[in-house]
Amino acid sequence: MIRMNGVHKRFAGTGGGALAGVDLAVERGEIFGIIGRSGAGKSTLVRLLNGLEKPTEGNVHVDGIAVAELGPDGLRALRRRVGMIFQNFGLLTSATAAQNIALPLKIAGTPAPAIAARVAELLELVGLKDHAGKYPAQLSGGQKQRVGIARALATGPDILLCDEATSALDPETTRDVLALIAALNRDLGLTIVLITHEMDVVRQVCDRVAVLKDGHVVETGATVDVLIDPQHPETRALLADAGDAGAGTYDFNGQVVRFTVHGDVTHAPLISRIARETGADLTILDGRVGRLRDTAYAQLTLGVSGANTASALDLLAGYGRVAA
Amino acid sequence: MTGFFADVVWSDIALATIDTLAMVFGSLVLTVLLGLPLGLALFLTGPRQVWAHRLMHTTLSTAVNVLRSLPFIILLIVLIPVTLALVGTSLGVAGAIVPLVVGAAPFFARLVETALREVDRNTVEAVQAMGATTRDLVLRALLPEALPGIIAGGTVTAIALVSYTAMAGAVGAGGLGDLAIRYGYQRFQTDVMVVTVVLLILLVQLLQTFGDILVRHFSRR
Repeated sequence: MIRMNGVHKRFAGTGGGALAGVDLAVERGEIFGIIGRSGAGKSTLVRLLNGLEKPTEGNVHVDGIAVAELGPDGLRALRRRVGMIFQNFGLLTSATAAQNIALPLKIAGTPAPAIAARVAELLELVGLKDHAGKYPAQLSGGQKQRVGIARALATGPDILLCDEATSALDPETTRDVLALIAALNRDLGLTIVLITHEMDVVRQVCDRVAVLKDGHVVETGATVDVLIDPQHPETRALLADAGDAGAGTYDFNGQVVRFTVHGDVTHAPLISRIARETGADLTILDGRVGRLRDTAYAQLTLGVSGANTASALDLLAGYGRVAA
Repeated sequence: MTGFFADVVWSDIALATIDTLAMVFGSLVLTVLLGLPLGLALFLTGPRQVWAHRLMHTTLSTAVNVLRSLPFIILLIVLIPVTLALVGTSLGVAGAIVPLVVGAAPFFARLVETALREVDRNTVEAVQAMGATTRDLVLRALLPEALPGIIAGGTVTAIALVSYTAMAGAVGAGGLGDLAIRYGYQRFQTDVMVVTVVLLILLVQLLQTFGDILVRHFSRR
């Protein structure tokens, strides 16, 4: 659906956000996360997909269309098929929720009765049908982003770009908005590209993820693989920022290992079973048990002690990944 | 009339007030008509905007700065030949309009540019990302979003025009400023000075209050 080949973007001056040779592929119908710190180039990258920025070098293809080669008319046509939502929502403060959602339809030249019907449908979809006549200043952050989402969907796009869409929201509202984004992906088959600096956002909704650092993709893969078995130091640093287990050192008289497991086996009584079978003692020193989108996973830092430590470790390795 | 207002000829005051109002509102309309597009052009040709064009932006910006750096009293004199060519006289209300507009339009243009810059960058991007033409962007997003700021700028400009008309009075434009100078100052008629000053204060207060009401009416933040 989206292909980037050897994309460079340079800016005059020394500010961040430049890209230094990005290759990326996003498949139809997936939620693709791009994570990185500020200045890594995430915002630039997502803006190349709807032509808000032009690459200095390299190709960007969206559904087979070379974005950089489009003229003004072609670019406008493409933008009707690619919705975008923003960190600060980007709503017109001078227009009501309904008027904001109607704007892309007016720009597309949709007749007024069709606009009214579509706006009502979109307000219903994002759960704001009682707030049609309110101005953005009268809405909460989560409601504003829902207006932003409804507006982005107005022209029936195939792709939704999310630029730090939940960064201005509190954790609970973030979960609600991410749940809405996941539902749109599932129900409408939208392809979603999601930019974030928070690992928790990736963990909740992304099928695949790319880690961006200084304008390079340093790691990419299925979210489960990248989060459970990170390869690049930047990925590990981002995970540590999100409070993932295994970053500290422990004062424990025995062997300390990092144990990761995912899938159905996660919820089996592994630790008590191993303790019973081997007679070793297993202590949970740190850990996180949760879901990566729809996959159950656990990341535990275990202290193993007693006579049969070695066989306990062997059994652990049979269920998941064991690392020192 | 006796006592303190002995020297005040109220019919002259009435005529001068009408002249001042005619100069302020006449030039305000033309100032908005010229300054709004100029301010838009300044904004749109600026760095990272839709018509980003360094040479054009620098040229416009320099022209505006040059006009704004001339003291208005000098501008009045410098523009006399231009005024003569355009309206046939450099005297009276008609003669004052040209220098007033030339003095105020660049000022208003800068205020318009500033108001447009206040529009959230994400909002501009969001509208562009919908597939908007520049026309759509300006008419459906930039101007409605910046409207309260533009009205506030218009209010400041109208008040600046009131003081400009007083100066224009010095070179034969008429109006309250002219009365204040000729009678209040040159003939030591303090009562005339007081009346004209009070009327000017009232005018400025009215303009500011009306402007504030309009800003509040259009503000949704």
